[in-house]
Order: sequence, then C-alpha cells, then structure tokens
Amino acid sequence: MDLFLQQVLNGLTLGGIYSLVALGLTLVYGILHVPNFAHGAFYMAGAFVSFHLMKAYGFNYWLAMLGSAACVAVIATLAERLVFHPLRKASGLHPMIAAIGILLFLEAGAQAIWGADFHRMQTPYTGILDLGGVTAPVQRLLIIAAAFGLMVVLQLFLRRTVTGSTIIAMAQNRDGASLVGIDANKVAMLTFAISGALAAVAATLYAPINLVYPAMGHLVITKAFVIIILGGMGSVPGAIVGGLIIGFAESFGAFYISTDYKDIIAFALLVLILSLRPQGLFTKGAH
Amino acid sequence: MRYLTGKPGWLLLLALGLAFPWFARNDYHLTVMSTAYIFALATVGLNLITGYTGQFNLAHSGFMAVGAYTVGILTVDHQVPFWIAFALSGVTATVLGFFIGLVSLRLKGHYFSIFTLCVGYIMFLVIEKWEGLTHGTVGIIGIPAPSPIGPLAFDSPRSLYYLVFFFLVLGVWVMHRIVTSLLGRTFMAIRNGDELAESLGINLMRNKLLAFMLSVFYAGLAGGLYAGFVRFLGPGLAGVEHTFDMTMYMLVGGLGTLLGPLLGALAVPWLTQYLQFLQEYRFIVFGPILVLLVIFLPHGIVGTWLGWRARREAGVAAPSRNAPIAGPSAAEVGTRPGGSHA
Repeated sequence: MDLFLQQVLNGLTLGGIYSLVALGLTLVYGILHVPNFAHGAFYMAGAFVSFHLMKAYGFNYWLAMLGSAACVAVIATLAERLVFHPLRKASGLHPMIAAIGILLFLEAGAQAIWGADFHRMQTPYTGILDLGGVTAPVQRLLIIAAAFGLMVVLQLFLRRTVTGSTIIAMAQNRDGASLVGIDANKVAMLTFAISGALAAVAATLYAPINLVYPAMGHLVITKAFVIIILGGMGSVPGAIVGGLIIGFAESFGAFYISTDYKDIIAFALLVLILSLRPQGLFTKGAH
Repeated sequence: MRYLTGKPGWLLLLALGLAFPWFARNDYHLTVMSTAYIFALATVGLNLITGYTGQFNLAHSGFMAVGAYTVGILTVDHQVPFWIAFALSGVTATVLGFFIGLVSLRLKGHYFSIFTLCVGYIMFLVIEKWEGLTHGTVGIIGIPAPSPIGPLAFDSPRSLYYLVFFFLVLGVWVMHRIVTSLLGRTFMAIRNGDELAESLGINLMRNKLLAFMLSVFYAGLAGGLYAGFVRFLGPGLAGVEHTFDMTMYMLVGGLGTLLGPLLGALAVPWLTQYLQFLQEYRFIVFGPILVLLVIFLPHGIVGTWLGWRARREAGVAAPSRNAPIAGPSAAEVGTRPGGSHA
C-alpha cells in the first residue's frame, strides 16, 4: 500500500510538471493553431537561466525562478514577434518548420554558452518528510504544491479577468475576437509570454530532481504534445487532466512494468488511443 | 540558364558526380560526399511524403535507423550476406511504415506530425533500450562492407563512392518516374487540398499510405547503405535531429521539387564541413537560416526560381507567398505537361 502511495506521489509530481508545460503549449495552440516545437527549448532555457542566476549571481531559488520566468517570457514574445507573426497566414507546414528553427537555435545557443555537459541544480529544500510510511522529498511536495497552485491562478486569470477572457475569446474565434475590438497582436504576445513563463517555472521546479542539459526539453515537450492530443488541442482543463494521466501512467508503469521503458509508456498510450479515437480523448473534432 | 533544370542539367549533375573522385583531394572528401549521398537518398524519399504529399513526417530518421539496424543485426548477429540484408532493410522499413501509416495517416495535419514525432522517439528509445536485439547504447560494430558483385569489389573509398552514387542516381530516377506519373499528380492533388482531391474520386488513405511506404522504403535503403558504408551503428542515427537536418535540406532547395532537396542535401553538408569551427554549434547559424527561409523564401531556392520562370513563361502575376506550398511545382505541372521535371 505504501509503495502504491509512493507511486501516487510520483505521478502527481510528474503530472504537475507535464501539465504546466502542456498548458503553455495548449494556450499557444489555441491562439495560433501551430504546434510550437520550440516550446521544449523554452523549457530548457528556463532551467539554464535559473541555474545560471543561482550559480553565477547567487540568487535564491525562488528569485531565480522569477528571473528565469521573466527572461523566457521575453524570449517567447520575441519568437512570436520575429517568427510566428510574419507567418500567421502561412500554410500548416511552414510555421512548424520555423518552430523547429527556433528550437535548433536555442539549443545550440545554450550549448555554446553552458556546454553540452549535465549540470545539477541545487535547491534549498533537500529534506525528506515521512508521511505515515510514504517518504516524500520536500522538493517533490514543493513541485506538486507550486504546479497545482499555479494552475489555479492561471485558471482564475483566464476565467475572471478581462485580459484572460480575451485569450479565451481569441482561441475560440480569432475573427470574432477582432470584430469585438480585441487586439490580436497584443493577445498573441501575451499568450506567448505566459506560455514561456510557465515552461520556465516548470523547468526550475523539476530541475533539482533531474539534470540540466541542452537536450532536456526533448522528452518533456514530446510528452506535452501527447498530453494536449489526449486532452484536446487548445483545451486548458484537457491539458491538466492529460498531464495527470501521463504522469500517473508513467510512474505506475515504471514501477509495475519496467523503468527502462517508462519513457515509451506515454507514446504507446498515444498510439493506442489515436488508433481507437483519431480525434483525441476529449475533443469533438480534429483541427 | 533555363536548360539547367531540364535534361541537360541532370546530365551535368550526373557527369559531375561521376567525375568527383578526380576532383576530390583525399579520401576524406570522398567519404563526406558519399555520406551526403546517403542522406540525400533518404531526403529524396522524405520529400515524397512531406514535399509532394504534404504530410510533415518527423519519424524519417527512425525509419532510416530501422533499415540500418536490419543490416547491422542480420550481418553481424546472424551472418546473413550483406546484399540480402540490404534488400531486407528496405522491406522492414516499408512493412513497419505500412502499420505506422495505417494509424498515423488517418490523422490530419498537425496531429500527423506530432504522432510521427512520437513514433520517432519510440524507435529511438526501443533501439537504445532493447539491448538483446540492438546492442543498446554500445551499438553494433564490425558490420561487413558490401560484398563484391562479380568483378566489382567495394573495398576502397572510391568504389564505395560509386556504389552509393549508383543508388542515389537510381533512387532519383525512380522518384522522377513516380512524381511525373499520374500517381505523383495524385499525391500533389492531396497536398494541395485533400477534400478537393477526395471529391475527384481519389482514395486519400490508400494514396497517402502508398506515398508513405514508398518514402520510408527510401529511408530504409539509405539506412542499409549507411550501415554498409559507415560499418558501425548507434541509437543516435534514429535521433530526430537527423530528420530536422533532412527537413532543412528540403527547405533550402525547395519542398516538392526533385532537384531542390537533392541540391540541399549535397550543399549543406559541405557548408558544414567548411564551417568546421561551428561543429556542434552549427544550428546557431542553421536555425535562423531555416526561419528566414520559411519567412522570405518559402519555396526554397530551386522552388522560387522555378516559380519565377513558370510565371514569366505564363505571363501571370506573382501569387502570394502564402499560397499553398505547391506554388512552383503546381505551376510547373500546369505549364509543362509531360515535360522535364526539375
């Protein structure tokens, strides 16, 4: 039973991180209808900026997270302005390829600055709590609390504020939104900034129990794509539910099936589900 | 200039390819060129599904690795003669492509790309983890060189160069036959608008599946050649960055043209060679180039030139650059029926 609860804890940790990454991806997809392959590079950049701020400037963990969120938000906004905005009317293939261009650039850039080595990020929270037989590293509890707290804040922002509603409105109908006077440019930039900040926070939360290296975004972003397909592309609740599904599938799969193949579980799930339901689990129709 | 994309242009390329070993200053240059040919062969295949049929496939290097590992496993672990293993490399990739295509091609647009991205990762992870079959991260070493065919022995860089060159020429010629046939136009019709194509009575699924299988057959054979040429294999061959490389080759030259991806695949590796100091950082330069190409030259170099020429001949105004990627080749197909296909 304790081992089972241990997996629940692991599932929540992974699920929280995946959901945060997938949320940014799904928001951008909702606005642009482009799968932003560069999102994984935003995630990687977030981890490196935090790492750098802590190591070179002695920032504290939370301050570094804030700084990296701001920094990646700027990178994401620049990507929107310089690359996706000029391509907003282009056919499906080209924005995807451009996103790959950004991904390659950021990864090579990180490698040029920080090298190809693996780095370990320090965290002030190294303790381990004993919750009635379940051992929980404090960092994991922190990830769960922060990730789900952030999701609640984001949900409130999207549902309760005017700015948030403009994002939802534009995701639902771009033309309609501009008819009622919503500035599409501003909303697109804001969405990219939020998505970049979410990726940076997720990366900074997860990095202490993982490692920091230039290709660290690959697997996470690919799983985030699986999640938004599961949850319905462009759907915010879908991204959260999908993130939890993949998080749990992975932690239980690693425990009951095989650690070696845990990374394949998410993809195998996707292949299985799309074979049965090509439009995803929760979507009404494929885009 | 206008003749360069017609038959004389192709004959010139053929002559240059045949004469290259006399230009090459050392064996290293031959090796670079041969490797470029192998990836060019795979790119020519990728261009069929991505450039001509409009399904952006991100698992191509995975299929190449499947072909390569077919040769590696069969020759090293089971002592199968090279040429039999080589023939099977195309077959395994195609059979796998059939099953993956059956599921993935039901998905449209972005879904297909993301699905194939995941398939590529599955292939990479399986190759890395299934040590019993693929030797895992250690890789396969000691793959035999292609065995002699009659008097032809493949024991020198020069003979290997001609072997690889032969398969590239064969591959391009077959691809030329495919894309200028009714089948090729069917693929392009699907790319330009699948609903319209369907309304014309084109069976979407069957044709997409056929394009996909043909495409990964090229990847499998290119992988088989790679195994026989490089003679050791690691899981890295399946890495998605190789697919990104091939996508770049296609885009530099021009998606959906035959000449463009070929020139891209031959030119970019040389550029990388001469930008040696960039090494691992080549993407700092290539990433922005990719972005700039997509924004300012979406049809690539050959594609833009062909489109310009076709428009000048037809005397029509330039279409918007955001027209479907078909721009140049559609114009070309329209204005030059049965003519030489660039």
